[in-house]
Amino acid sequence: MTRTLPRSRRLILPVLVLALVAAGCGSSGKSHSSKPSAPKLAAATLNSSGATFPQAFYQEAIKNFAGEQPAVTINYGGGGSGKGQTDLQGQLVDFAGSDALPKPEDLAKYKGGALLYFPTVAAPITLSYNLSGVGNLQLSAATIAKVFAGQITKWDDPAIKAENSGASLPSTAITTVHRSDASGTTANFTKYLVAAAGSAWTLGSDKSVNWPGGQAGNGNGGVAQIVKSTPGTIGYVDFSDAKAAGLSFAAIKNASGQYVEPSTESASQALAGSTVNSDLSYNPLNAPGAKAYPITAPTWILVYKNQTGKAKGEALKAFLEYVLAGGQTAAASVDFAKLPDSLQQRAKAQLSQIVIP
Amino acid sequence: MALDTAPAPVAPPPPLGGGSHPPGARADTVFRWLSLAGGGLVLVILALVVYSTTRQAWPALRKEGLDFVLSDDWDVVKGQFGALAFIFGTLVISVIALLLALPVSIGIALFITEVAPRRLQRPVVYVIDLLAVIPSVVFGLWGILVLAPAILGFYQNVADAVSGVPVLGNVLNGTPVVGRSFMTAGIILAIMITPIITSITREVFATVPRSQKEAALALGATRWEMIRGAVFPHSRSGMVAGAMIGFGRAMGETIAVALVIGSIPTTKLQLFGSGDSMAAVIANNFGDASGTFRSALIGLGVVLFGMTLVIGTVAQALVGRAERRLGAVAR
Repeated sequence: MTRTLPRSRRLILPVLVLALVAAGCGSSGKSHSSKPSAPKLAAATLNSSGATFPQAFYQEAIKNFAGEQPAVTINYGGGGSGKGQTDLQGQLVDFAGSDALPKPEDLAKYKGGALLYFPTVAAPITLSYNLSGVGNLQLSAATIAKVFAGQITKWDDPAIKAENSGASLPSTAITTVHRSDASGTTANFTKYLVAAAGSAWTLGSDKSVNWPGGQAGNGNGGVAQIVKSTPGTIGYVDFSDAKAAGLSFAAIKNASGQYVEPSTESASQALAGSTVNSDLSYNPLNAPGAKAYPITAPTWILVYKNQTGKAKGEALKAFLEYVLAGGQTAAASVDFAKLPDSLQQRAKAQLSQIVIP
Repeated sequence: MALDTAPAPVAPPPPLGGGSHPPGARADTVFRWLSLAGGGLVLVILALVVYSTTRQAWPALRKEGLDFVLSDDWDVVKGQFGALAFIFGTLVISVIALLLALPVSIGIALFITEVAPRRLQRPVVYVIDLLAVIPSVVFGLWGILVLAPAILGFYQNVADAVSGVPVLGNVLNGTPVVGRSFMTAGIILAIMITPIITSITREVFATVPRSQKEAALALGATRWEMIRGAVFPHSRSGMVAGAMIGFGRAMGETIAVALVIGSIPTTKLQLFGSGDSMAAVIANNFGDASGTFRSALIGLGVVLFGMTLVIGTVAQALVGRAERRLGAVAR
């Protein structure tokens, strides 16, 4: 084949290339931002995966951060805390979202070395129920434990009546709803029952538990849908999904003996009442405080202390700075509780421990 | 089929129309080695899949031993992984699917080959094959949003109707009776495996020698008697093979089942109650599983793989026997 293109056609390819280069070099409209304070970072892409519990918050934070630093692209892939931890172990992602911190025996699997834990937000886990005529259900840990263990089977059981003297409870059978998939929400809910219900709860605590009976839904949304559509059900659903489905949720008795409704304020009270360790791990479940909501679930971002690249390291540090400052005010708009000021300060101080080459 | 030894060096291509070596002999050699490599690659990949999954599942398999398939105590907190409930669930929904799909598929295949006028055959075949193209998740969504709520009333009526009967009263029941149950999963699987069973059965029916069918009709048989007498005996192995291939497909179906089976592991045979299957529990839990739990889920995959391998081998053997018989019949 010795034909060549006519002269006019030969020019198309170089012209195209030149046009693309010119477009790439040209300035985009966003670079003239109205905030002169933050220095513009070099272009970088951060990949992450992990917990779906805080995913709505991270998406909001990523969107807002992109407005401030348009050269940085961040992808949060979800997939569950387990996936996030596994991905970070193999250094497939730059940071991971996780509702639970790695166990000591698993730390050796993290190929990039030492980890730093940054708490980001928290949110209540509600006990959502579907019982017509009952609007303000009050429950304590022991009662919840017995309901989910199958020992309390009717709504008008004496134990429930004792805590709800004002309500007219029907004699319908209780159907519990739990998760069909392994989940950090299950882990935190059962961890709370272990801590607060004592001997009334015998099924232990893990991402997947051997529930006796009841129904199972896939994801927080699945459980919410079952509770919404089936009368007589009660299930544990995270706050934003319960609100989105329009469910009624119970007020839970906290460690100080008060019945508290789930909200971002009561969740923040629980965080304020918890003890924070030096590595910024803490447990807000069953925290002390008169206004604290006892089933508040924490979540962290895990990063490697020693970053491998300058541009990525700077971008990661800047993103975390945003999450711990501007991002905290955005949390309430997506139904998440922000960290108390003292914890925000400690987390910001920990940022200086990140080593960037 | 014996392999030839390496061919002698090929002479330069002769002019067209003559020469001692056929043109393209080198291309033939290349083609032979390429196809050998392709076939061998598939076997190698299969062997690697078996090896790597068994190795990853080993911690759980070693811990449980035979209890992995014999015990129904599946408790992640206690570290017990007895998968009997999932194996039971998989078999139940696959059997339901086969019992529902087989008569329908054979009926459609008979319609296409024996009853339908010629111009109707192609549209019917087209529509059936279209069913096979629908993604599994679409069936699952339809099941969970439409079928499960709608069929619940029917389940409750049936359960009430047979409530006193000794065996049937327990089987056609549930604690409680729910839409997302073994039966719903079985119905959806039946719809999903009908195209493949129909397609295989149709092929087998089409190879029945005309002489046999005409002989039956000439002796005065009605159409149904002809089908029973000439078509079915001839096609028996093929029908069984098609059924087993559909059964194997039903066993491995994941997303549609995960959405409609209810995800409550049980070994009680209650068709209107929730259950769980191997593929569904793997899909639901793998993302957040770690340690022995993860190994146990991979072990479930190994067991499922083994079961479908056995079903597939038996099906292949039956198809082989059917083909040999077809070859031996005088036309």
